[in-house]
Amino acid sequence: MSWGELVGAALLGAERRTPPGGSVEALLDAAAVETVRRRAGLRPAVAARRPEPAPDDPRPPLPPAAARRLALLLTDRPGTGGGGRRGIAPDLAELLPQWLAAANAHGYRAPAERLPDLLDAARARTDLRGRALTLGGPRALWLARLNPDWGFALRGGSGRAAGLPVDGTGEPDEAAVRLRWEEGLFAERSALLRALRRHDPAAARELLAGTWPTERAEDRLMFLDSLREGLSGGDEEFLERALTDRSRNVRVTAAELLSALPGSGLAARMAARARSCVALDRTGEPDRLVVEAPHECDAGMRRDGVVPDPPPGRGERSWWLAQVVEAAPLDCWPEHLGGRTPVRIAALSVADGWAADLHEAWARAAVRQRHAEWARALLGKPSASPAAAPGDPAKLLTVLPEGERAEWVAEFIAAHGLSEAFRVLGVCAVPWAEPLGRAVVDALEIARDAGSYPWSFSGVMGLAERCLDPALADRLAPLAAVPDESEGGSPGAGGYWSEAFQRLVATLRLRATMLRELEPEAGGAPAGGRAAAGPV
Amino acid sequence: MSAGAARWASEQVLALAPDAASAKAGAKLAAPGPWSGTGAGNGAVWGLCRGSGSKPYLTVVDVAGGSAPGYRCSCPSRKFPCKHALGLLLLWAADGDAVPEAPGSVPDWADQWLSGRRRREEGKEKKEAAARDGERAAAPADPEAARRRAERRAARIAAGAGELERRLADLLRGGLAGAEQAGYAAWEETAARMVDAQAPGLAARVRELGAVPGSGPGWPSRMLEECALLHLLDRGFLGLDGLPEPLAATVRSRVGLTTEVAALLADRDALVRDHWLVLGGHESEEGKVTVRRFWLRGRRTGRMALVLSFGAGGRPPELALPVGTRVDADLAYYPGAPALRAALGERHAAPEPEDAPPPGAGVRGGPASYSVALREDPWLDAWPVVLSDVVPVPDGEGWQLADAGGDAALPVVGTAGARSRMWRLAAVSGGGPVTVFGEFGHRGFVPHTVWSGAAPATAVPLTAAGTGGGTR
Repeated sequence: MSWGELVGAALLGAERRTPPGGSVEALLDAAAVETVRRRAGLRPAVAARRPEPAPDDPRPPLPPAAARRLALLLTDRPGTGGGGRRGIAPDLAELLPQWLAAANAHGYRAPAERLPDLLDAARARTDLRGRALTLGGPRALWLARLNPDWGFALRGGSGRAAGLPVDGTGEPDEAAVRLRWEEGLFAERSALLRALRRHDPAAARELLAGTWPTERAEDRLMFLDSLREGLSGGDEEFLERALTDRSRNVRVTAAELLSALPGSGLAARMAARARSCVALDRTGEPDRLVVEAPHECDAGMRRDGVVPDPPPGRGERSWWLAQVVEAAPLDCWPEHLGGRTPVRIAALSVADGWAADLHEAWARAAVRQRHAEWARALLGKPSASPAAAPGDPAKLLTVLPEGERAEWVAEFIAAHGLSEAFRVLGVCAVPWAEPLGRAVVDALEIARDAGSYPWSFSGVMGLAERCLDPALADRLAPLAAVPDESEGGSPGAGGYWSEAFQRLVATLRLRATMLRELEPEAGGAPAGGRAAAGPV
Repeated sequence: MSAGAARWASEQVLALAPDAASAKAGAKLAAPGPWSGTGAGNGAVWGLCRGSGSKPYLTVVDVAGGSAPGYRCSCPSRKFPCKHALGLLLLWAADGDAVPEAPGSVPDWADQWLSGRRRREEGKEKKEAAARDGERAAAPADPEAARRRAERRAARIAAGAGELERRLADLLRGGLAGAEQAGYAAWEETAARMVDAQAPGLAARVRELGAVPGSGPGWPSRMLEECALLHLLDRGFLGLDGLPEPLAATVRSRVGLTTEVAALLADRDALVRDHWLVLGGHESEEGKVTVRRFWLRGRRTGRMALVLSFGAGGRPPELALPVGTRVDADLAYYPGAPALRAALGERHAAPEPEDAPPPGAGVRGGPASYSVALREDPWLDAWPVVLSDVVPVPDGEGWQLADAGGDAALPVVGTAGARSRMWRLAAVSGGGPVTVFGEFGHRGFVPHTVWSGAAPATAVPLTAAGTGGGTR
């Protein structure tokens, strides 16, 4: 009797038709035998098509303590600490980016069993993506190919995890590079181009030039962007050709890259245009600049990437002037303006209210050309009023060397307090250098003594938790004591400050532990392979 | 005077956590920040932890000896051990500087509790030893009364089984097609009758039966299977005298007649001492009770065992065995065939980590061992098995585990939980062969633990068993 017949009889019921065997008892007996027989007779299925094995990841594994720390950081969802910024426990989710950066700096690979959590975290938080995918390496991309939820890992410019295929001698394997370039997914091609660019800028440019006309416009834009790293005079010819590209975004990006090459033809053309617009006042006051903004945006300017249409609310001529000055090499100015240094040029008065436009354009040029002397000149003294500075001080600061940056911000905080400091603090290297850390701690202590509430400074406090040098923890510990209520202070503020400082100290100690756990010696993992970790 | 206990591994500490939240909270406290006055020695670890109040919490843990550790903390938490005890142990495990060895300077508050606890422990051991000797010397106090109680209970269960048989017969006379409309309530009522009949095993099966009509396509076939197996169990119990003893014992335990753990462990000759590898762990909520299951495999005997631990009323189960460690311990198997469920007796040493995968079978080993086990226990839903050299393969919406060499594969049971398990398993495998422990049964394979193919192959649990692992 087949199983199907038994099920049919059971569905129908013995009242309608006599079941096999003659009774419900017999039906159940037969079904029991058949059930056990079927279960005992189970056989394996035929295997479906297997995925290709994941590529090898030669990087060393995390030390055990660091691997446990990662598991903990990944399972801590923001907000589980309870009640916003209150409390004394560190906010682990905020420490994850730093942990990832430190682990990547050591050249570790992620534990395989954490990859799903790592991909989930990267999916939820774009600020983690690049670093999470770097740590995840080729196996994370392999896993992402199997799960549409993790498709983001295969798209966009964050897929920097795939390395450069190398031959036996450690040199790029040309055939393998070409094959992946021609057949890879976008993320793989993008990662390949960046890795090759880092290794051999000219080879990367030639690889791109080989397929350039057949690439889609948005891909051309992304690929072109990867030339930013290792940009040199050798790229000029390729970029000049891209100035006539069909896509406007590609043209603008090519022009921007060329303007960052002070010796390029485009830079020279822009310098000539800029010089014709800005000059010393020969007729009136001696130490004054006069500005004559362009009267039209001609074909030559357009070809060189000047966008003719201004954004709403901005005059055409000031818009063109800004673009021309921004793209002109800053080194063209001292000679043109009577041999003055950038500091003295920035101090010149400007006729007819053009000062703001001109200084803003110079500030953007200083950032684009990474010109420290000009950045310094335009930033001015940190004690000066922040409202007077042209452009974005935070961006200008990124051009300065780390130590100088920290000193500038430290003086800025000493002069203006913390309320304006958030943006400029954000661009300082972590951990904060000694003068900067001291300035922030002093300012926090002053704020506490003034009796205000700590959450007025919660942004800076959060930054301090992540950025202060962990070595400062012991010096901060006394501040965690509950202070006496001051006259005119906000009620209860002392207790909240104590909590805030406890949390700060606890976070600093945790960061110190975290970083120590990543040291190969501390974790007991061999340091071997660190140098060979290579392209990640 | 006991010597200073060896520092534990962090996994060992985390395995003690009553739940994932405690493990996480404890790990957060495992930094020097909030701690002061820490020290270790004389078989204990102690320290002061600053909380939100003005007074720090006093935390001390007794880590001496092979028996369960003891905790004492002045915090108001009802979790046991609390996050402070876990944090302190983690700090001790990870950082020699943060919790210095200081055997001569146990603070008074810690020492008072410690010495009290050790006095009590000693007393308890003496009493237990005396009780064991007593049990051997004298049979149960009143064997005649015990026999009468057992007879009365057997009669009640038999009445319940008989009633269930009539219910099944009615169902099949009317036809299963009608069962879809009948709904859950009718079965719930029958289940309650089985509870009254002191047959919790039957009650549980009846409840499951009530859920089958709502279980999607193919339910009539599953319904008939469950009815038939329930019928088989009823007949088995009603004809218990005619069954060979191992099968009779299986039937007794299936209807819900339990064996006293103390009695099992008291029979010293039946104890199996071995180095038991913890193959897997799983925690689930069953009604108001939290159940932890641990699967073990003996190195010497090669035998599998299933150890259960229960926590009632929101309390976590007491037993915590870290997956992938070996425990030198006595085990007593419950009566029944095939022997699987066991009680954990004395542990002769703390668990030690093991970095090699257990020996396993190929994919065909799953169905093969299940069918052998079914011969002795036809009610088995699944049987534990270690598969070696298998590769996880995506198969439509679900997954398979395929032999690395051949083309045979076992389907993975496609529950929601299985999905996240399989992603972790696939990540560890990377498309290469791995060793997997899990259960194979008529629904398919449920993976619990994976060992990577690369050395050292540490165990990666795919489910959480009080270890704080696992997300989603």
